[in-house]
Amino acid sequence: MLRENHAVEIDEILSRYPADRRRSAVMPLLYLAQSEYGYLTRSAIQEVAGLLGLDPTQVGSLIGFYTLFHDEPGGAYRIQVCTDLPCALRGAETFAQDLCANLGVRLGESTPDGMLTVEGVMCLAGCDKAPVLQVQGADGIHYHENQTVESARRLIDVLRGDPADG
Amino acid sequence: MSFAGTRPMAEHVLLRHRDLPGIEQFEVYRKHGGFEALEKAVTSMTPAEVIQLVKASGLRGRGGAGFPTGVKWSFLTPDVFPRYVVVNADESEPGTFKDREILERNPYQLLEGVAICAYAAQAETAYIYCRGEFWDLANELRRHIAVLRQHNLIGERLFGRDVRLDLQVHLGAGAYICGEETALLESLEGKLGQPRLRPPFPAAEGLYGKPTVVNNVETLTNLPPILARGAEWYRSIGTEKSPGPKIFSLSGHVLRPGNYELPLGTTFRELIYREGGGIPGGRAIKAIMPAGASSMILAATDAVLDTPMDYESVAAAGSALGSASVIIMDETVDLAWVAWKTSEFFKHESCGKCTPCREGTYWMLHAAERLVHGRAEDGDVALLENVARGIQGKCLCALGEFSTMPVITAMELFRPDFTARPSVNR
Repeated sequence: MLRENHAVEIDEILSRYPADRRRSAVMPLLYLAQSEYGYLTRSAIQEVAGLLGLDPTQVGSLIGFYTLFHDEPGGAYRIQVCTDLPCALRGAETFAQDLCANLGVRLGESTPDGMLTVEGVMCLAGCDKAPVLQVQGADGIHYHENQTVESARRLIDVLRGDPADG
Repeated sequence: MSFAGTRPMAEHVLLRHRDLPGIEQFEVYRKHGGFEALEKAVTSMTPAEVIQLVKASGLRGRGGAGFPTGVKWSFLTPDVFPRYVVVNADESEPGTFKDREILERNPYQLLEGVAICAYAAQAETAYIYCRGEFWDLANELRRHIAVLRQHNLIGERLFGRDVRLDLQVHLGAGAYICGEETALLESLEGKLGQPRLRPPFPAAEGLYGKPTVVNNVETLTNLPPILARGAEWYRSIGTEKSPGPKIFSLSGHVLRPGNYELPLGTTFRELIYREGGGIPGGRAIKAIMPAGASSMILAATDAVLDTPMDYESVAAAGSALGSASVIIMDETVDLAWVAWKTSEFFKHESCGKCTPCREGTYWMLHAAERLVHGRAEDGDVALLENVARGIQGKCLCALGEFSTMPVITAMELFRPDFTARPSVNR
């Protein structure tokens, strides 16, 4: 349970906003719940709603709106490759295809071991260092720039070897 | 090739880490005059005097709109408190990566700028809204803010005066629309990031319904040097109507993509060829998007290449400078493919509030996709154009309008890229 396991962190999050504006804490609390449970389950949404005195529907609607929140299970790590226009001009679409082929998946799919989901995403603000990917996992989101299939593969091998070492 | 126009700057004003390694550490920033501008403001100027100075500098908002910053501040409803400052660090325009470099490499100059803005606005709380992808940067910012707290540069009784400031970092979660200031405020309040009807503007009713200043990262990073060196110095850089330095994010088909801090008024040619090293493989340049995916596309003629990149000149050339995210496309690029890529982006990022944008971006995406993938039916070119024009002028915020810009300008300037394609009905 979030409240039992993260009491100090929850209090710190709530202290960032005026006492009568607790709803502002919903996004940081959803991140906390997502890292605790892997994805935002129905009960996680109810828990966050309960912490803030919101209706679960109000909380649930945010998840479809914001792309970094997930209400379905995916790989332990989501490999998110930018394929937007500036990156595509520098070969990012080919990079994404080649990486998928290397891993034996299509964009949006997970590897059979459940460790990785490969996704195409919109601009990550790294256009001068394309191809760019970010890894979203339980410990947050980290950038990896100037990627090749080989460098991405080395990164993925590290992730697979030790899930705690993001 | 000769460059008769603007010279590069002798020193960086915004990307100071390029001249002063280690400036992302507090001690180094402090040693190089850091927080002297804030001290000067708090101990020797009234908030009104700070606003007057920023107005006199001619600083214009660097997030895309180019609105005069001091003027924006002066719209705050008088005598209503509390007030808020909200920093727009939701940098998400395809082609834009300037704020990220500031946040990463020169964060204390931004934080000092935020504090100066808060003093001028008489706000005691500032929120820095970072896009969710800036997870690591947001954690770094929190550490920097803790350092400032230790040194009593934020907190209570700053410089012994009756001035206080609290700084908080708030993380978004992946939504381009939150770069629009009223959508950003909705998101910060814990709601869907959908734009508000304006008026009222944030200066009257912003965060939690209170008077609020929303400024971009780069805009605020200009404040410490303006306070320290004055409006006249600032106006010595750039052009009369577009003063100051600007970070140009250069991407696409150039040898050296990256951020370049140059005076406003530098020409496209200087940026692309002198700074960026020109087009790889000696290929010809075909088109320029001066403001990211939202651009009105320009054909890269000699006249366009010699256009000074300031707000007025780029507008006169038929586009807009926006956030100065300059995407370069060489002669191999198919502009119908570009229209497909930008439509894919805007379809994904439409918040769904206004029907013309929500439905129109969907229809543009599918018509463009059929064209690009050889599945076009007769009438798809006209359909694409009709839908784009049908969106224009009918949406609450600029996103709907932006989605049409690259499509319509690409069709006007590079018609054969759209029409000279196989149709399944032919």
